[in-house]
Amino acid sequence: MIHFPILRWGEAYKSLEVDKVFHHATGEQMAEVSQANAGLIARDMRQAARAREVLREIPCKELLAMCRKAGELFTSATLPAGDGTQTPDEFVKCQSATTGLPEHMCRFNMGKLAYVLQNLEAILSSLTRGLDFDILSRGYGMENGVMRSYQAQTPVLGMVLPSNSPGVHGLWLPIIPLQIGLVLKPGPQEPWTPWRMTQAFFQAGIPKPAISIYPGAGEVGAAVLSHCPKTLIFGSTATVERYHGNPAVQVHGPGFSKILLGDDEVDHWEKYVDLMATSIAINSGRGCINCSGVWASRHTKEIADALAQKLGPIKPLPPTDPQAALAAFTVKGQAEGINQDIEAALKESGVEDVTAKYRGGDRLVKMERCDYVRSTIVHCASPDAAMVKKEYMFPFATVVECPQEQMLAKIGPTLVCSAITKDAKFSRELLDARHIDRLNIGALPTVQLNWFQPHEGSIVDFLFRARAYQTV
Amino acid sequence: MSQTASVSPDAIKSAAEKLDAHVREIVDWHFSPDTGTPFWLGWAKKAGWDPRREIKSFADLTRFGHFEDEWLRGGPVRRWVPKAYANKPTYVFETGGTTGIPKSRVVVDDFRIDYEMLSETLPDAQFPKGSNWLMLGPSGPRRLRLAVEHLCQHRGGICFCVDLDPRWVVKLIKRGAMAELKLYSDHVIDQAMTVLSAGHDIKCMFVTPKLLDALAARLEAGGSSIEQSGITGIFCGGTEMTAQWARFAVEELLGPKVYLAACYGNTLMGLARARTLRPENQYKIIYHAPQPRAVIQLVDVDDNEKAITQHGQTGRVMITTLTKEFFVPRFLERDEAELEPPCAEFPWDGVSGVRPYRVFAATTTVGVY
Repeated sequence: MIHFPILRWGEAYKSLEVDKVFHHATGEQMAEVSQANAGLIARDMRQAARAREVLREIPCKELLAMCRKAGELFTSATLPAGDGTQTPDEFVKCQSATTGLPEHMCRFNMGKLAYVLQNLEAILSSLTRGLDFDILSRGYGMENGVMRSYQAQTPVLGMVLPSNSPGVHGLWLPIIPLQIGLVLKPGPQEPWTPWRMTQAFFQAGIPKPAISIYPGAGEVGAAVLSHCPKTLIFGSTATVERYHGNPAVQVHGPGFSKILLGDDEVDHWEKYVDLMATSIAINSGRGCINCSGVWASRHTKEIADALAQKLGPIKPLPPTDPQAALAAFTVKGQAEGINQDIEAALKESGVEDVTAKYRGGDRLVKMERCDYVRSTIVHCASPDAAMVKKEYMFPFATVVECPQEQMLAKIGPTLVCSAITKDAKFSRELLDARHIDRLNIGALPTVQLNWFQPHEGSIVDFLFRARAYQTV
Repeated sequence: MSQTASVSPDAIKSAAEKLDAHVREIVDWHFSPDTGTPFWLGWAKKAGWDPRREIKSFADLTRFGHFEDEWLRGGPVRRWVPKAYANKPTYVFETGGTTGIPKSRVVVDDFRIDYEMLSETLPDAQFPKGSNWLMLGPSGPRRLRLAVEHLCQHRGGICFCVDLDPRWVVKLIKRGAMAELKLYSDHVIDQAMTVLSAGHDIKCMFVTPKLLDALAARLEAGGSSIEQSGITGIFCGGTEMTAQWARFAVEELLGPKVYLAACYGNTLMGLARARTLRPENQYKIIYHAPQPRAVIQLVDVDDNEKAITQHGQTGRVMITTLTKEFFVPRFLERDEAELEPPCAEFPWDGVSGVRPYRVFAATTTVGVY
């Protein structure tokens, strides 16, 4: 039995309170996790400056090399896991067991994180527009004959991490080479990635006092938020609303990512069915970059039908099956709640579950210890239907009939917008739409991330402030 | 008396007999036409049976079913005052109340009796008689402020109090106003710091776990500590307290010279004292009700009629209050816990690991101050 201790600036601390993490299908206990108390974080954060100091003793270039090495170790080495060790295969099995994500998806996410670490230098160069990293370390320096000064706004970045989507960990990997420490609060079902990545960092030479891990309940997340000057948090729409406009918090919530078919391309919709299906269903639809809405002015019934034929028959398979496309819901009652919410929204006129006729069974599949929700494509005859604003953690999308000229006014906040159009005027309007974060113009899946571009704001801009600096 | 000494079967039997006798006395009191409580007299009339004749032991209290907390919401409050105390000065204390009508309980002397009993268990070395106290916890319509002040006075001291409105804190949390919450916490700690810095020779304190965290952090930020502030004894409660928090407090906030006494109490039951927190016992917090004045039991979380009798098993907390001022049979609390065996000091079952009952935990804002 793995026991994950709390890590207080790299030092293990075994709590008197533990949380047990179970296999979603067998009920086997996979790990016990020491639970922090809020005061402990408050106390440790008084030494937060030390985390940045130890990292600043190492040049950025060397930290980048260590991160590359950490990427290799993460995917290939046997690393400490709590009070034991863990191979990469064991990591995949454990992560799948507690998150419900099929093993091949866990392996894919592992590769994604390794890719980010291998390419951190290029990613950071792109995010800083080629700034000499020494300027960030030193706080100032000359660039093209101009004095530049950047001031770190925090010695550490706090993170309240999710349980459901291991791929999101890529967002915090660039932090260490920026010489900012990490304060991680793992999701209750996913202690695996923060721990393994931290061990990979340590083995690659990153100083232990640069990283803390505080597993725990809600009050621990709140303590991370209140004691770290900058925090990155993952949560629901309510979380997003709570921290909206708070400059200390970068909040990542539901993406409401969408594909818009322009009037100039919509008649060729059949060409894009695979792209739409991939955007909806990859990674079991769990990511904020998964598409949850396809918008078009016409052919929407045919589009919904084509997607439903493709996704509706997908059945739950064991997490070890390489063909498994659906992740299990491991939190009791969550799948049932989602299903009830969908059923309630389906009562509105003009809203139809098109997948029902292709599914060959119920949407909700209840197992002994976990549940599944099968892919659901809903046709909405109006952009004003309540269903249009829904997003769930499984392959779900609405296909919404809406005139092109109304789309931007109706789509609402959109993390990734793939607009399939060559219409210059529409493209211009899309570029100017401030409620769209990542914009793809053309036939690009919403899930195709370019790591060299900012995601919900540049992490560098979040952590550093450009300012004036003069010296004689 | 040593808490680790084993308890004799005779002591357990004797405590149970004392409880049964006490139950008979209290039931007789509350259902007597001369001394009884209007609410219970009315209840008995509707129920169609006479508790004075039929309740012979604690076990017989099952005949009452479960006390419904709705009975305590709204007036007339006088219906809860026993006829025998009709002319005595009476307090009313409330629980909850962030929204809607709170539960209220009338009290004449019970809070004083409870805290005088507690006083007997506090070590004089760390809670010196005659020393002054700081009360850093919820005030307003709660009994805690008056109770702690009485405890202090009973021990010969004078109690300084800081205002704290937990209902406002709950509202702040519910609307996600964490910055305001921090300001409010700072405001409370500011006042505590002022009192501690004013030369009042304060050696003892009541404080909630969260406020102790905040006070210790503030003192340490200024180069001081709880110990250096002169505090030698801390009586802690008011919200959920875990063994991990107790260990953290003892090891990192207080140091070996400051004594931490834990309690689990509420307006309805009174006060359950914890056994002394010991590192060799993993700081396990085990509460025992002040029997026979109150009894804590655990019942099955799915079947509230089924009592938990096996030590170590988890169940929902059920309390019974048996004082001449207040009779509350079998009230289901919003907490769950594990059942603990009797010990020499408390020859009746206790509970440990008290935490919000899982069914309510998702919807209840707890541990806020």
